[in-house]
Amino acid sequence: MSYQKLSRDQIAERVAQDIPDGAYVNLGIGLPTKISNYLPADKDVFLHSENGLLAFGPPPAKGEEDPELINAGKEYVTMLTGGSFFHHGDSFAMMRGGHLDIAVLGAFQVAANGDLANWHTGAADAIPAVGGAMDLAVGAKKVFITTDHNTKQGEPKIVETLSYPATGLKCVDRIYTDLCVIDVTQDGLKVIEKVDGLSFAELQALTGAKLIDATQG
Amino acid sequence: MIDKSTLTLTEALSQIKDGATIMIGGFGTAGQPAELIDGLIELGIKELVIVNNNAGNGDYGLAKLLKTGAVRKIICSFPRQSDSWVFDELYRAGKIELELVPQGNLACRIQAAGMGLGAVFTPTGFGTLLAEGKETRHIEGKDYVLEYPIKADFALIKAHQGDRWGNLVYNKSARNFGPIMAMAADITIAQVSELVELGQLDPEHIITPGIFVQHVVAVDAANGTGA
Repeated sequence: MSYQKLSRDQIAERVAQDIPDGAYVNLGIGLPTKISNYLPADKDVFLHSENGLLAFGPPPAKGEEDPELINAGKEYVTMLTGGSFFHHGDSFAMMRGGHLDIAVLGAFQVAANGDLANWHTGAADAIPAVGGAMDLAVGAKKVFITTDHNTKQGEPKIVETLSYPATGLKCVDRIYTDLCVIDVTQDGLKVIEKVDGLSFAELQALTGAKLIDATQG
Repeated sequence: MIDKSTLTLTEALSQIKDGATIMIGGFGTAGQPAELIDGLIELGIKELVIVNNNAGNGDYGLAKLLKTGAVRKIICSFPRQSDSWVFDELYRAGKIELELVPQGNLACRIQAAGMGLGAVFTPTGFGTLLAEGKETRHIEGKDYVLEYPIKADFALIKAHQGDRWGNLVYNKSARNFGPIMAMAADITIAQVSELVELGQLDPEHIITPGIFVQHVVAVDAANGTGA
């Protein structure tokens, strides 16, 4: 049987289904940012940005951009009614202090025990940059990862142990890839969903760590 | 009568000497005190240590300062950006030292300095390259890294309004590091878009109380000149 990988937008749409009403959420740069496009209007989800915004909204209309109203990705945003501004100390209190319900981040690699690598390839000539990734990894109540299941070269991104430098240890709760959804548990990596037409054996072959089949039916 | 707004931008900055550690507010260009940085460049001082979230964007502001070769070391969380070519070149040429700090640790180390704390145990970075060689402690089931305060001789920050006592309010996401840097430096120079009369800022709404600010410089946002 053949199968269709999920697009980046489909992954974002899938994550959005797991964000409950009233959640305080930090969406990382890139794919995670797209999740905001799929949050239903009847839910109040409070989006946090590390540079001091809570309850920010979509990009402004053309011509209404304010260079002093940007998100962590340095993109122009707007504020929702009821939103607030605060300084970096308070912002990282929200992140590190366990006040955010969910952080959604990208990944270079996730290990079977929930270790995350997403800040540095470790290459000698690479200029390292970390931003708020390490704070979110250790501080949010739940850490969700969105990622392609494999690199462009076909290497697995879900591995037994990291080969890239770690961002945080045992911090990942759930992984959403273009092939499946995996819960990181004490017992191991449990696949709870996979795309139609992809067998568990095929998925296991594409993955660098042992998986447990927990799909329904 | 106390008036912290009497010095010109150049007069306020001229207190800064070679080798100073300077915190500069801003997240990217939001909240970056561009006019103060331009004034700093004109001083022509050297061997500076700069504390900022980033390492400059494009060819202006902090990037322009780096380009002059005045900066010996930068302490920041996110130097690599699509438009950070000035830093990238200096770094690859070995002409600038980088201390990379996770952003929340940067914030809490600055806060620790401002609050008079000796150090902080933070969970951020535990078990990573950025905690290598640092003291750690296991407290109530969780692992922490010991991080020391970051103090500065000067903080250069941007606020929206200020009064002659140094009370400040900010504009939207331009607030970012301003309030905590103001607490962590011996001398804080705030550039403000508008200098207001004492009493015009509602005490309930003042974000940075004047005790943390030594100089307020009004900058005409339209042409960028110091008042």
